[in-house]
Formats: sequence, C-alpha cells, structure tokens
Amino acid sequence: MASITLNHLVKKYGDGFPAVNDVSIDIADGEFLILVGPSGCGKSTLLRMIVGLEDITSGDLLINGERVNEKEPRERNLSMVFQNYALYPHLTVYENIAFPLRLSKGKFSDEEIDRKVRHASSTLDLDEHLERKPANLSGGQRQRVAMGRAIVRDADAFLFDEPLSNLDAKLRGQMRTEIAQLQRRMGITSVYVTHDQTEAMTLGDRVAVLKKGILQQIASPRELYEQPANLFVAGFIGSPSMNFLPAHVRGDVFETPLGDFPVPQQAAGKLPGDDRIVLLGLRPEHFEDAKFVDEAKVSRGTTFDAEFTHTEWMGNEQYGYINYQQDGNVKAKLDELAQDLDGDEMHPQIVVSLDATSRIRGGTQGRIWIDTRRMHVFDPETGQNLTRDAEAGAELTREATEERKAEIDRARQQLAAAG
Amino acid sequence: MSTKHKVGWAVVSVLVLIYALFPVASILMTSFKAPADLSSGKFLPTQWVGENYSALFVGSARDLFLPSLRNSIGICLIATFIAVVLATLCAYAIARLDFPGKKLILTVALAVSMFPVVSIVTPLFNLWRQIGLYDTWPGLIIPYLSLTLPISIWTLTAFFQQIPWDLERAAQVDGATTWQAFTKVIVPLALPGVFTTAIIAFFIAWNDFVYGIGLTSTEAARPVPAALAFFTGASQFEDPAGAISAAAIIVTIPVVILVLLFQRQIVSGLTQGAVKG
Ligand SMILES: Nc1ncnc2c1ncn2[C@@H]1O[C@H](COP(=O)(O)OP(=O)(O)O)[C@@H](O)[C@H]1O
Ligand SMILES: [Mg+2]
Repeated sequence: MASITLNHLVKKYGDGFPAVNDVSIDIADGEFLILVGPSGCGKSTLLRMIVGLEDITSGDLLINGERVNEKEPRERNLSMVFQNYALYPHLTVYENIAFPLRLSKGKFSDEEIDRKVRHASSTLDLDEHLERKPANLSGGQRQRVAMGRAIVRDADAFLFDEPLSNLDAKLRGQMRTEIAQLQRRMGITSVYVTHDQTEAMTLGDRVAVLKKGILQQIASPRELYEQPANLFVAGFIGSPSMNFLPAHVRGDVFETPLGDFPVPQQAAGKLPGDDRIVLLGLRPEHFEDAKFVDEAKVSRGTTFDAEFTHTEWMGNEQYGYINYQQDGNVKAKLDELAQDLDGDEMHPQIVVSLDATSRIRGGTQGRIWIDTRRMHVFDPETGQNLTRDAEAGAELTREATEERKAEIDRARQQLAAAG
Repeated sequence: MSTKHKVGWAVVSVLVLIYALFPVASILMTSFKAPADLSSGKFLPTQWVGENYSALFVGSARDLFLPSLRNSIGICLIATFIAVVLATLCAYAIARLDFPGKKLILTVALAVSMFPVVSIVTPLFNLWRQIGLYDTWPGLIIPYLSLTLPISIWTLTAFFQQIPWDLERAAQVDGATTWQAFTKVIVPLALPGVFTTAIIAFFIAWNDFVYGIGLTSTEAARPVPAALAFFTGASQFEDPAGAISAAAIIVTIPVVILVLLFQRQIVSGLTQGAVKG
C-alpha cells in the first residue's frame, strides 16, 4: 500500500538530452496509473526512476510521503515486471518466484516461502510448471512467471514496463483482463507503461500522456478522449485517430476544403481573429451517412457532399475515406505532429465512420452529416485545444474515480464473502 | 532434416574427422614403434613396443620430460587462472559500465594479440636476463598473459554482453544488493563462458613454443613443447621420433581430459529463456 508522488522529476542522460522533463504526478494509494506515449518518449526511463534503477537528475520522488531519491531499488519495496520478463534462466519457475523471498534472509521460513510461492502459482495457473525452466515455457507462461515474481512478496506498488508487448494479440487481450482483475482484487498501487491504446484506455484509472519527456495531460481515459488538452493528445488517443481539418475563420463560419461549416456554440468567443487558420478536430464517429441520421439530429450538425476514395467494411461498422487539398499553411505543422505520433506524414485524408449498412462506396459521392457540437478547435501554432471544457473534463475524471472506488469496494466485499 | 541430408552430413563429418585425426593416429602409431621400425614406411608398427613411453618416465628422456611436464602444467594453470580472473573483471566492466577509454582497451587488447611473438622474444630475452626472470616460471607466465589476456577479454566481453542487463536489474528490484545480483544471477550465467575462456587460454599457453624455447635454458622452467626439441635418440644416429611422439601423446591427454570434464559447462545457450522469444 503506497502513494507515489513525482515532483518535477527530470532525467538527463549523458548527452544532456532530457529524456524526462519536469514531470509531476500524484499517484494515490491503490490507483492504477498508465503511462502512455510513442516509443522513445521516456516512459521506461520514468518507470526506472521510480523503481530506483535510474538516477534522478533533479526533482523529488516520494513514496508514502518519504523522499526516496537516494534509496537503492531494494530499499524501495516495489516490484516490477520487465518488458522482456527478465526471468532467471538458470532457476526453475518455482525458484524464480521464490527469488525475492529468499533474498530477504531470515524473514521467511521455508514453509512460508513454499506457501507463498504456491499461492502465487495457483493464482496465475502455473502449478504444473513449477519445476520447469523458463526456456521451456511459452511466451504467455513466461509472462505469468514474471507476474508471479512480482506478486509473491508484499510490495508497496507494482510497476509494469510494457508487460504484454511480446505476446500475440489474443493472449494480450486475455492477460490484460487478468492484470486488471488481479490489480483490482489486490488493490495495490500500480504504474503501467504501454504504447498500446487499448491497454491505456481499458486498464487505468488515469492515463498520463507523455511526449518527448514532457507530460501532456493526465486524466481519466474518458476525459482524454472527450476533452484532450492539445493536438498531440487528441491525435494519440483513439483509433482510428482524430481527423484534423484546416479551416479559415470567416465570421461565424469555418471555411474548410470540404465546405463551409457554421462555427458551433462551444467555439464561440474562443476563436482567434478573422481570417486566421485553425485545425478542426473531428473523430470518425462524429460523422455519419446523412441518410442514417434522425430528423431531430440533423439540425444539430452540418451536412456536406464529398467524394469517397474508398470504404472499408468491418462487419459491425464501416469506414469511408475522403481526400482533400492540404492547406500549405498547416502542412508542416501536421507533418510534425504525425512524426511525434510515430507516423511518417499526415495524409490529407479524412476518415469517417459510416453505418455498416450504408451504400456509400469508393469513387461515389456521398452526403455526410457532421455532429459539430462534438468538434474541437485547435490552434495550429501552439497545438492548444481552444474548445476544451476543463470543467466537463474534470467531471468525467471525478465520475471515473467514483465508479472505480465502488468497483474496488465490490471486489473486496466479494473477496471477503468468498474467503 | 531429411534422410538424404543426414547421410550427407554424416559423410562430411567422417571426412573431416579422418582429416583431423589421421595425424594424431599416425603419431600414436609412431609412439609404439621401435627405433629400427621408424623408417619402415608402414602405418602400423611391425612390433608394438612400449619403450618410448618407458623412456619418458623411467628411461633416458626422463630428466628432460618430467620436469618440463611439471613446468608446463604449473605455468599454464597459473597463467590461465590469472588471465581468467583479470579478464572476467575487465570484461564485466566493459560490458556493463560506460567509461571513457572502453574502446581503447578493446583495441589495445586486439593489437597486443596481433603482435608477432618472434619479434618480442629477443628483447624479452635480454630484459629477463637483466632483471632475473630468465628461466623462471614468472618469466614465462608474464608473456603467456600477453597471449591469453586479450582473447580472454574479448570472448568474455562478448559473453557478458549476451547476458541481458535486465536480469541484474530485476534482481536488484527483487531485493538483491549489487554483489548478490552478481553472484546469484550473473556468475551462474557466466560460468559456461568463463570455462570456455579458461580452456581456450590454457590451450594457447600449453601450445606455446617460441617463448618456451627462447626464455628458458634448463629444466627450471622449460615447458614440454620446448623440451621436445632437446630429445635425442639413444645414440647420435638414432632417430628420437618415437620418444617425441610418445611425449606428444602424453601432453595431449590433459587437453582431452579438460575438454571431457568441462564439456557440460561449455554448452552454450544457457541464457535462453531469460527474455522473450
Ligand atoms: N541509457 C541511456 N543513455 C542515453 N539515452 C537513453 C538511455 N536510455 C534511454 N535513452 C533515451 O531516452 C529517451 C527515452 O527512452 P525510453 O525511456 O526508453 O523511452 P520509451 O520507454 O518511452 O520508449 C530516448 O530518446 C532514448 O534514446
Ligand atoms: Mg520502453
């Protein structure tokens, strides 16, 4: 049980480049925090600073209110699951799990160690494999052994560094559920590093988005999705990602390559002066084939005609693709954003989600409706979200926290009832 | 592998084995030949005699052979031991730490091992005579270190680099001190590498001839390869080939024993399964 506080943490490697730059996060006791961002953004570095494997250049790290900057990893009582599992190849599964217990000399008797190891192994379905060596296990089993080694001792917090990235998709989904349930049952503070959207959205109470070592936003998954702080967060969270459409402000209309849209209410008064260029953030599901939109809803948005290059039918949904002429003024900015997001360059293309039964096909004209109320407007220079409603966002995170509390309580009650 | 492949490989293996082992077999046969039999031109001795071996241990060559055998074993073991200990520490540092001059150490080690032995033996001869190392064990151990250290550093560095660093980190997070992480995780994993290196180093020292003959003059320090050159027949006109062959067979035995003994430790791939895959 522990709270972890990161206070203006900075990490500079030998070359002086700040891999982690002034990151401050309060992690509450029992909270499941996700660190997410494209590869190379400093997630692992931050995690290793928490666990003590990496020196802290400046700033304070507190565990339960106590400053631990100078403490050795073994004095911090945290357990960690490494991306490559880091199992000891010369030891059996049993000894791998028992390793942390055997190190705390004299603290546990052999019977206690045996009991704890067997408890961990049965929790993780490893009972049949205790005498095998890691080399003879499948990827999923190795992953579980690494988890076993982490949960066997009473650590104050769990740290995970992309624990599922080496598993195939099916196993990943399964282990994701197991980790979520395990953490909920044990109620132990956890910090989980990933670059996977799904893991970030489904596992965490809060998600911290990092870009080049700088914390962009920390909030519940829902707040990140609906009230992103800036272009980077908006583009990173969600799949397929948010469309960014350049638009010129002309009084109360946005002039875009797809046609003119009226400025929605949430943007009124927040826009830069006339003739300035902005980026409209539109998620694919903000669009719909106009034929499938209720009469009542039509008036809340805008409709326009567009030619589709192609469509992708996925069974339960359908995506349509519309090309447009990129505005030279924002091309550089968008390409830079795409680079930050791990891609190569931003195609001047809009992805829209259509009803699965829509007859719109590639090469044809289609009439599309946009729910402009949900649109966000970004300043292309600073990347800031001009239409962000901080109040609504905070409310979403508050709700998530409460739901989560109730969920943990239920899990504990069930556990108490069962045990 | 298909049967055809297997047969193919078997044939190739047998050919290579014959090619490699024929000289050994020939020496073995020669070692059992009587002096008169040496020029018979036949592979097998016409009559099997043990007199070459008895000459080494109780006969005429005894005073030459036994001290040199003792010298060789002693000098090579000591040189190997020192080389492996130093190289282990050095290689661990090179593999794990970032310090200036890391590349330089590796380059210098490589350069030293490239340096031709014959060009250094004469200066060493003069130097050793002046400082009293000529014809002593340390007088050979030191140059042997120059042969064994570089290769030991290189092989061990490669070996340590193979051990995922995360294992050590994991051990530290699990509650180990730096020393515990080293002894409980790194050493067990590095052991095969250390054994392999030790054996390679031992062979290099064991096979040396140039230093052995150049820096010794008596049985005080003369190793076997050098001693072989001093073998003579019973008379001036007698060919010592029989006795030399017998000695060659004897000195091969420790090598074979070493390899058999550590065969299991030399198996690589112990690190498999540490990380994903
Ligand atoms: N040991 C190191 N020495 C120098 N630079 C490093 C080291 N480890 C990581 N970095 C740099 O720090 C940045 C963040 O790395 P990392 O934390 O591993 O990113 P992530 O886990 O998010 O992919 C990268 O630019 C990387 O090149
Ligand atoms: Mg990483």
